[in-house]
Amino acid sequence: MEIVAKNHPLDKYLRTDRIPHIWCPGCGLGTVLNCFLHALEETDIDLKNLAIVSGIGCTGRVAGYINVDSYHTTHGRAIPFATGLKLANPKLKVVVFSGDGDLFAIGGNHFIHAARRNIDMTVICVNNYNYGMTGGQLGPTTPLDARTTTSPYGNIEHPFNLCHVAAASGAVYVARWTALHVRRLKESMKEALNKKGFSFIEVIASCPTTYGRRNKMPTGLETMKYYKEHSVIKHGIDPSKADIEIGKDIVVGKFVDIEKPTFDEAVHELIKKARK
Amino acid sequence: MIEKLPAKKMVITGDYAAAYGALLCDVDVVAAYPITPQTLIVEEFSTFVNDGITDAEFIMVESEHSAMSACIAAQAAGARTFTATSSQGLALMHEMLFVASALRLPVVMAVVNRTLAAPIGIWCEHNDSMPERDSGWIQMSCEDNQEVLDMIIMAYKIGENKDVLLPVMPCLDAFILSHTVEPVEAPSSDEVAEFLPKYEPQAILDPDKPMAIGTFTPPEYIQELRYQTHVAMEKAKDVIKKVTKEFASKFGRDYHGLIEEYRCDDADVVLMTIGTVTGTAREVVDELRQKGKKVGLIKLRFYRPFPAEEIRKIAENVEAFGVYDRAISYGSGGPLFIETRHALYGLDLPVLNFLAGLGGRDVVKGDVEKMYEILLKAKEEKPKEEIYWIGTRGVEI
Ligand SMILES: Cc1ncc(C[n+]2csc(CCOP(=O)(O)OP(=O)(O)O)c2C)c(N)n1
Ligand code: SF4
Ligand SMILES: [Mg+2]
Repeated sequence: MEIVAKNHPLDKYLRTDRIPHIWCPGCGLGTVLNCFLHALEETDIDLKNLAIVSGIGCTGRVAGYINVDSYHTTHGRAIPFATGLKLANPKLKVVVFSGDGDLFAIGGNHFIHAARRNIDMTVICVNNYNYGMTGGQLGPTTPLDARTTTSPYGNIEHPFNLCHVAAASGAVYVARWTALHVRRLKESMKEALNKKGFSFIEVIASCPTTYGRRNKMPTGLETMKYYKEHSVIKHGIDPSKADIEIGKDIVVGKFVDIEKPTFDEAVHELIKKARK
Repeated sequence: MIEKLPAKKMVITGDYAAAYGALLCDVDVVAAYPITPQTLIVEEFSTFVNDGITDAEFIMVESEHSAMSACIAAQAAGARTFTATSSQGLALMHEMLFVASALRLPVVMAVVNRTLAAPIGIWCEHNDSMPERDSGWIQMSCEDNQEVLDMIIMAYKIGENKDVLLPVMPCLDAFILSHTVEPVEAPSSDEVAEFLPKYEPQAILDPDKPMAIGTFTPPEYIQELRYQTHVAMEKAKDVIKKVTKEFASKFGRDYHGLIEEYRCDDADVVLMTIGTVTGTAREVVDELRQKGKKVGLIKLRFYRPFPAEEIRKIAENVEAFGVYDRAISYGSGGPLFIETRHALYGLDLPVLNFLAGLGGRDVVKGDVEKMYEILLKAKEEKPKEEIYWIGTRGVEI
């Protein structure tokens, strides 16, 4: 007997009129979004108080697909926008969803300062090692020697280790997973959503179209196999020891989970003191 | 240094034409950040570098602001530089555009005109380059891919002229040119080298002869610098005419300076267009002429410097003048319309503005016919409106 499902159980979180999405077959973005929707389903976050902010890029399309208050900002500016949102309405749960290029190349400055100030928000960065949307140029997370449209003989620029950047900048929660680790990623997203302060999750995800096919991972499946063979979970490890290099293990896990007053709390504390 | 390249005919996109133009000009430094629909320009150029056709330095920076900063610095160190961008990227460069012109560094940048957010879109609109009117850049628009290639070559010749020394921004319409292939004739590298001698900078940042540029300057000096830049922009008008003439005699393609007239001689009404709409308008003019309507066309090539005198000369002999704009200055009208009315001040004729194709909507023959229809009517009776939003939902014409 053929079973036809009329609706997907997570449809209520999506702007279904925007589906099908634009992502390529084998792209990791769908999986990451799926994990996020499951995380929402399993937390008691009031969707009315949730705001999703994205920059520009393939990852940036997330803001347009989730059916909550969302804003698709300009390239690199998701975090300053989210900061304004949070400070104006501290009740909001603010989530930034964007790509490695958006958050760490053109918008890199904003990331370190929001983390330093411990603004209460969750930043999810889908790291596909390149600028997917514009055709696969080298970006700040492209591993050494990797081939991209702008590094056809191999990348000579040292990449950022995003979790190290986040931790060094002051983030209170830092984790890394790949798009293969769907359950762990979902659990991590729940933790980050419930965490007070600047929480950061890096998700390593496939981009077969512009990155994979130039780097011996032409399909999503092959990339998943690679993650399976090369991922090692090391919770609590110093993230500076978790650089990403071609052919080496990808260290994943929760690296940082600490407590620190948020910017909002510090401001209100200061106001109280000043008024005394 | 570039490899010797023979003259050849190619079927290429506007983006390729821009990249190949920069290659022929033997640029020394290219710094860029990708953005649709400019991306192909820098990708093509990076291929030339990788294939060893040029030994230019190719820098992949982390934003457009850095791209322009790198070009300015390289140009100040004596290099001939090139970059390209679109839309949001150009807006992000805004701060540095003023630095390039005030330091009198003739950087050349291809701008692929794309709508500026919000909302986000990738198609053609001129609301990215036109707000840069006052940045001190020479700004021109191309009609086809041949003009893109030719204009990059002329841009260096104009910008590097000692009377000018200003940066130049050749613009091309998103997708209509950037991603569409057309046959293009490319001159040989030797011919280009004869036409465009090596860049001779005015002053070079050189550790052996230290010099400071762009430093803190009190009011005693800045006003004179502004005046000099203004004069340079005015002088650019003659230089552009001279360079297009020289280009025509060397390469056989004549772009007629700041504007190109089409069947204006005995015209009753004239429409001025910019960019790719010009090709469509030319056909409409031919058809209307066959029906006995005396219509003419001006293709505006340069927005800065603005060819006020040339336009006025033509307008003096017509009964109605129309201006097509692909951008809007809210509450005032299209940027070219505002500029044209200023140029035609005191002339007694209706000057009308037509807005069409914003956000990348196609401008088809019917739209241009509508513009001429309104102009022909305006010659008979006083028009009710000045600004016409062609093909706009909710607006009746
Ligand atoms: C100011 C500006 N410059 C350039 C662009 C073009 N652009 C759009 S997305 C993108 C890179 C996206 O890369 P990433 O953030 O890694 O996202 P991905 O597509 O890989 O998910 C670029 C350069 C832009 N939109 N705005
Ligand atoms: S280009 Fe890459 S990141 Fe973008 S949708 Fe395709 S596979 Fe995904
Ligand atoms: Mg990316």
